[in-house]
Amino acid sequence: MRVTQGTFSFLPDFTDQQIHEQVQYCIDNGWAVSIEYTDDPHPRNTYWEMWGHPMFDNPDAAAVVYELNECRKVYGSYYIRIIAFDSSPGWESIRLSFIVNRPSEEPGFKLSRTEVKGRNIQYSITPYSSDKPQGSRYK
Amino acid sequence: MENEGQEKESEIVTEVNLKEDFQASGVADILAELDNSLIGLTPVKTRIKETASLLLVDKAREKLGLVNESPTLHMSFSGNPGTGKTTVALKMANLLFRLGYVRKGHLVTVTRDDLVGQYIGHTAPKTKEVLKKAMGGVLFIDEAYYLYRPENERDYGQEAIEILLQVMENNRDDLVVILAGYKDKMDKFFESNPGFRSRIAHHIDFPDYSNNELLEIAEVMVASMNYHFNEESKKAMAEYIKIRKKQPHFANARSIRNAIDRARLRQANRVFNNSEGPIGASFLSQIEDIDIRQSRVFSGGIDK
Repeated sequence: MRVTQGTFSFLPDFTDQQIHEQVQYCIDNGWAVSIEYTDDPHPRNTYWEMWGHPMFDNPDAAAVVYELNECRKVYGSYYIRIIAFDSSPGWESIRLSFIVNRPSEEPGFKLSRTEVKGRNIQYSITPYSSDKPQGSRYK
Repeated sequence: MENEGQEKESEIVTEVNLKEDFQASGVADILAELDNSLIGLTPVKTRIKETASLLLVDKAREKLGLVNESPTLHMSFSGNPGTGKTTVALKMANLLFRLGYVRKGHLVTVTRDDLVGQYIGHTAPKTKEVLKKAMGGVLFIDEAYYLYRPENERDYGQEAIEILLQVMENNRDDLVVILAGYKDKMDKFFESNPGFRSRIAHHIDFPDYSNNELLEIAEVMVASMNYHFNEESKKAMAEYIKIRKKQPHFANARSIRNAIDRARLRQANRVFNNSEGPIGASFLSQIEDIDIRQSRVFSGGIDK
């Protein structure tokens, strides 16, 4: 099951050229672009691991694409996303976030229903992949 | 309608108008600016014009499908200090931007300190950080030969060189590297790093300025600061240049700039001490020969 998080997630995967153009749009708006990766695709997993610092002072998107490819070399089977931060409100707020790399196989999520007091039902979802320990989920 | 569109397209591909391209790219403005704002440096200007036409023709050939590989644009500027290497690099970045060879056209100036780390594992991230900053523009490495220190075999400079070479080769479309420094040291540097020599297509030598050129530069500098010379002070400046040139640590235009800065200091002092009552703008911006002749250079000392 294809994970659809962030912007553009219902589109086909971007090529590097398309990523470059999106990132350049962010940079031209004055946003700091950052690369993050994870192997836990749970939708409530907000804070992914950072690949280096956010790139505050790179005027060209080539630097981000270069770093993305470096990240792919190490975590090619993980989810990798690009995040653009806008600091103009006085704090860093996310303006754009999109997935640029995903595992070749995405097993999807398990939905579990728990009956609680008053025959109410609590729903929770768990990625099938997170049964395995971190680091060995996607090969 | 569709057929018409196709015909037009094929027309564009089979013919290019170099003159039109030249006008549209705005390269003419930069070349004219180069001619006007830089005094002397004729061989450099010629080389840059040649390079510009080559790049323009290359772009045209690319449009016609005659070349499929982007040309190597990395350059080396060699010459004594103060001969305008950084200034020309700035113009070059703009030129490459107008020609469409770099995307942003900014210039990032670095020296050894910005590339090489102090301990193991520090160099690679530092160099990469600088390279990323320069992507889409031009990376200007001043005194590049300090990267390579053969006397210390554990020097981290070698690591920076390796990363640099790798990015220069693999990300040729993303950035242009310009190495700069003294001629003899650069030659030695290229001898011991053949990888660099083969990856750099354009070697440009910056000649020293003649006395007249230096005087002209002095006048331009003074005018840009809204001061002016009179006949005597101009003569004094010419003499100053003649003497200063023979002294050690002479750095061409930079020495002239420093001399002018000190003359302004003495001028301010003189104006302040002699002023009684109101004074006009011309008095405030007049550099007298006494302001220049007070320099230690005339009494055998050295102005730095």
